[in-house]
Amino acid sequence: MFEYLYLVPILPLAGFLINGLLLGRLPRPVVSFVACTTVGLSFIVSLLLFFELKELPVEARVIEQVLFPWISAGSLHANIGFLLDPLSAVMILVVTGVGFLIHIYSIGYMHHDPCFGRYFTYMNLFMFSMLVLVLADNYLFMFVGWEGVGLCSYLLIGFWYEKQSASDAGKKAFIVNRIGDFGFLIGMFIIFWQVGSLDFRTVMQTAPEVFVAGGALITAACLLMFVGAIGKSAQIPLFVWLPDAMEGPTPVSALIHAATMVTAGVYMIARSNVLYLMAPDALMVVAIIGGATALFAATIGLAQNDIKRVLAYSTVSQLGYMFLACGVASFTAGIFHLMTHAFFKALLFLAAGSVIHAMSNEQDMRKMGGLKKYVPITYATMLIATLTISGIPGFSGFFSKDEILWKAFSSPYGHPILWVIGFVTAGLTAFYMFRLIYLTFHGRERMDDHTRKHLHESPKSMTVPLMALAALSVVGGFVGMPHLFGVTNYFEHWLEPVMAGASQDAASHALAAGGGDTGLELGLMFASVLLVLVAIFMARKFYHQKPELATQMCERLSGVHRILLNKYYVDEIYGAVVVRPLVNGSKFLWRIVDVLFIDGFLNGLATVYSDISQLLRTGQTGRVRTYATVFVTGVAVILALMLFG
Amino acid sequence: MEDTILTLITFFPTIGVLLLLMVPKERHDSIKAVALIISFVTMLLSFMLWSMFDPMANGMQLEVNLPWIVSFGIHYHMGIDGISLVLIVMTTILSVLSILSSWRSITKGVKGFFISMLLLETGMLGVFCALDLFMFYVFWEVMLVPMYFLIGVWGGPRRIYAAIKFVLFTMFGSLLMLVAILYILFQYQAFSGEYSFDMIKLLSMPIPYREQLWLFGAFALAFAIKVPLWPFHTWLPDAHVEAPTAGSVILAGVLLKMGTYGFLRICLPMFPDATMTYLPYICVLSLIAIIYGALVAMVQKDVKSLVAFSSVSHMGFVMLGIFALNFQGLQGAVLQMINHGISTGALFLLVGMIYERRHTRMISEFGGLAKVMPFFAAVFMIITLSSIGLPLTNGFVGEFLILLGVFKANSLYGIIATSGVILSACYMLWMYQRVIFGKVTKPENEKLNDLSWREKLIMVPLVLLVFGIGIYPQPLLERIEPAVKQVLQHVSRAQTVRLDERYQIQKVVHQSENPTRAMSGLTQGDEACLR
Amino acid sequence: MVTIPAFLIVAVVLFGIGTVGVMISRNIIILFMCVELMLNAANLAIIAFSRALNVVDGHVIVFLVLTVAAAEAAVGLAMLITIYRNRETMNIDRFSILKW
Repeated sequence: MFEYLYLVPILPLAGFLINGLLLGRLPRPVVSFVACTTVGLSFIVSLLLFFELKELPVEARVIEQVLFPWISAGSLHANIGFLLDPLSAVMILVVTGVGFLIHIYSIGYMHHDPCFGRYFTYMNLFMFSMLVLVLADNYLFMFVGWEGVGLCSYLLIGFWYEKQSASDAGKKAFIVNRIGDFGFLIGMFIIFWQVGSLDFRTVMQTAPEVFVAGGALITAACLLMFVGAIGKSAQIPLFVWLPDAMEGPTPVSALIHAATMVTAGVYMIARSNVLYLMAPDALMVVAIIGGATALFAATIGLAQNDIKRVLAYSTVSQLGYMFLACGVASFTAGIFHLMTHAFFKALLFLAAGSVIHAMSNEQDMRKMGGLKKYVPITYATMLIATLTISGIPGFSGFFSKDEILWKAFSSPYGHPILWVIGFVTAGLTAFYMFRLIYLTFHGRERMDDHTRKHLHESPKSMTVPLMALAALSVVGGFVGMPHLFGVTNYFEHWLEPVMAGASQDAASHALAAGGGDTGLELGLMFASVLLVLVAIFMARKFYHQKPELATQMCERLSGVHRILLNKYYVDEIYGAVVVRPLVNGSKFLWRIVDVLFIDGFLNGLATVYSDISQLLRTGQTGRVRTYATVFVTGVAVILALMLFG
Repeated sequence: MEDTILTLITFFPTIGVLLLLMVPKERHDSIKAVALIISFVTMLLSFMLWSMFDPMANGMQLEVNLPWIVSFGIHYHMGIDGISLVLIVMTTILSVLSILSSWRSITKGVKGFFISMLLLETGMLGVFCALDLFMFYVFWEVMLVPMYFLIGVWGGPRRIYAAIKFVLFTMFGSLLMLVAILYILFQYQAFSGEYSFDMIKLLSMPIPYREQLWLFGAFALAFAIKVPLWPFHTWLPDAHVEAPTAGSVILAGVLLKMGTYGFLRICLPMFPDATMTYLPYICVLSLIAIIYGALVAMVQKDVKSLVAFSSVSHMGFVMLGIFALNFQGLQGAVLQMINHGISTGALFLLVGMIYERRHTRMISEFGGLAKVMPFFAAVFMIITLSSIGLPLTNGFVGEFLILLGVFKANSLYGIIATSGVILSACYMLWMYQRVIFGKVTKPENEKLNDLSWREKLIMVPLVLLVFGIGIYPQPLLERIEPAVKQVLQHVSRAQTVRLDERYQIQKVVHQSENPTRAMSGLTQGDEACLR
Repeated sequence: MVTIPAFLIVAVVLFGIGTVGVMISRNIIILFMCVELMLNAANLAIIAFSRALNVVDGHVIVFLVLTVAAAEAAVGLAMLITIYRNRETMNIDRFSILKW
């Protein structure tokens, strides 16, 4: 079975080629059939591979398949090759699974769009790129997927290219991602010139020999790679593109900007865990940026009115959680949250899409309300997802988030302050998510009559994926229950071979701490659940029972509210500090340096030359007599010189 | 066949010129057909050359060396290595495509136009084949004449200014090169007692350090103007904007490569010590070219001058890769020469196609073309991505190798150059957005036809090359590698073999300032490869 | 016996008249005559030297010069006629197309 590993990414590529080359010539059912089947088959292959991998003994769970040598120059040899190990197995399952559900959902959601074929073409290309990203066996080939998903994100955000804001957002996403890629590339250079290879296995094996742990080189390499992750996973300061990315169709937001692509940074760091463990300073930066982003984005989420924007900031915030986990060297917790987040955030977006679908493309929550009875399935699934993201015990989000919070507190790389940040963020998350629920589904119906008349539950193709994802959101967490409950953490156990460095650390720490921490862990867990419940209660009070309270609150804190509503003016600051000086500086270079100085100098040289010629030209009268006179004079002078000189 | 193939390829277009002279000038279709067939056969011949070339062998292949003007030591000496091979194949492909692209856009002076194109092809191929400095110089100058006419006769409104600027710039450099060639000739005569222009023989002559500096400078100026390196670039935007589509394609695709090819073939192997001395200056100029070209490209209003400035930036990458002086940098640079020919050639072809429809190239005149010309938009996207250097397109492989090599040679240069990657995305995507996306705002754009079958025929091979080289660059890289190794071997002789008694003291000083190994950026692995 | 200096003085005078004529005359025919005058002044000098030194080289050269002068006169007069047809004047100053 392992020899078919290449099928996982190739199947969506085949779908892309079929739909792309025959674009506009295939009927819609065929297009969607090709797109969904290829992804579905890819999911089945992934499942089979997963179970086969599970059968192998723990040490043997690394399968490498090299297709052909890609670039080889001097000492560089990079292959087109795939690597299947527990980590990538989890990733391909999540990517193809969630991806398949979203493809199905898209059939219903995009039904009315004239560019149906183009949409599925891009989606399949995205699946291919994402699978390359997680399956690649070396950094360079991973970079193919890394930039490939960026391209698809660009194409899909700007899918409705006639809208100026959409194409702007697409371009912004690509360029901000490129800034991250700049760091990633340089990080790769450092690794290559130190290790002599970009192959994951070689790098992880040789890195401890060639790098000095905690040294400047490894720290620089890790930080630079982290810059790539910051760009891709929308962390401070490069998060600005993700909220704008909501210009794309909603299933795209669900797949790319919530479930899969944006988590690539977390995956990359988990994949390079050996390197990061050698650079504690870099880990600290990762943790701080992750924590700061989590809190920062959550506060912005409090004040947004666009349903998708709330979810976008929530995504940024949750990604911050994952980086926080990675930063405290608990990569397993990060990947675990990545997985549960993929389920519940995809669900949230798809449900939001269903709402928007029902509301005739209205996204402003202030114009919704009381939708509960019109779209019951959407409401139920969205409520499940909201409970999950808020961290209500029993739902998957609870396990993954609690794991992160506990690790932030207890890990040798952790710090109580990090825990506090995560703790506060958890409260804020519960608050803004329930604000969303109450504003959208409860209370007064604030839409106009025309919209109300058209309110309807979405078709089966959309609700079935919602229900599937809801089920996953509920049960997905049970694979990674904490040791505290006296059960095995299957997830941690599964990823152990990949996180070789980390798990040893954690294990030794757990031994040292002994059972003494159990009480503390329970206490912290209890505190966070309590906070979440209080936050939910407050949201209910503000946005359901006494909506006037919320208005009063906004008025009293109008300054803060305005700052939050305008997202701390980050876009404006970037515009003033980076974009405008760059464009104006370029104009200066062109008009002043190029045209005025360089060309001016050269043209000036030519002018001087021709001016001198003009001057000399006046001597040429064209009269034979003058020439004769000059000639005779010349001869006379020469003669005189010869005779008397 | 072994020893005639190069002559055949080089002069086959000239046969076409003779044929065209016999066709009456009113018979446009026959003229076009003859030109196309001749260039097509030349392309097939170059494919044959590809198959005859032995990728494993070192040194020059398929050599022909006949006495020509014996009293001055001028020989008819041709031969190729991997670097020339890939450039020759690219030249013949681009020639066919640019002749095909002129099918309808050229209406006046058809005969002269196609004669110029074929003559130009001979000149370009000759430069890549020549192994005799005299021949090199002759072909170098032969190229100038048809290009002058292409810009000056079939160009845009400011064509005369642009053509004269182009010729003056190039002549200025090449005359200094002539002086340097003659100087080398006499030096060699003093050294060995016979005159010779033979590039291979000349390599065996030690040249004192001081003289190397002057000679390198003279050659480098000629080549730098052609590349063009900042600040010698200002002829390029003018020439590109005014030239007809085919002229732009050849100019960007092949003529610019003459400069970098000259550095690889002459400057580096012949003057290794001077290379080491000039290296930091050239690197800095290349870095300026990368950043400056990208920034200025961003604010251009005319698509063609945007692409022209992007060429300045891309060629800066190539120069930097060459002067990284390690395998990755050099191989990437040669590959990037090809890539730039493909992607920039394709961009000019695409711009030419919309120019034929709208008779303007102003970015602001377009917008929303995705709606009316979807096929065009798709191809344009692919080429844009190739120019940006997205993985799995050709641009990435070259750019990555260059940056990798440069980073090794000097990490600061590497970091600055890598930031050019961000800027290239900025200007290309911004331009793409303004031309292709958005609503159709101008009524003139509503009725535009999508690409015709002839235009598709032009673009499809380029798109295939973009992905082909991006996914499987190995056939190119493995042919380039032995040639690059030769260049590196010659450069690594710096300060070890060429000790001239008179300049020994100066050279010791020089050596202590610049530890060669560190500057050349050769890794231990690479050095092992060299031995 | 007339001595060489006498011949030379005549030649110089003739040459001087011719030169001044070329420089000041505006009529193209007079200018042409002046040129002939200069040529013949040179011829006179050559013949004089040739005779004094008793060699024939000078004679030969003079014949050559005379022939050339005749040919020149023929071509020159033809040009004059063409110029006159075009410009309807014999004023050399009006004929300054040598200047661009």
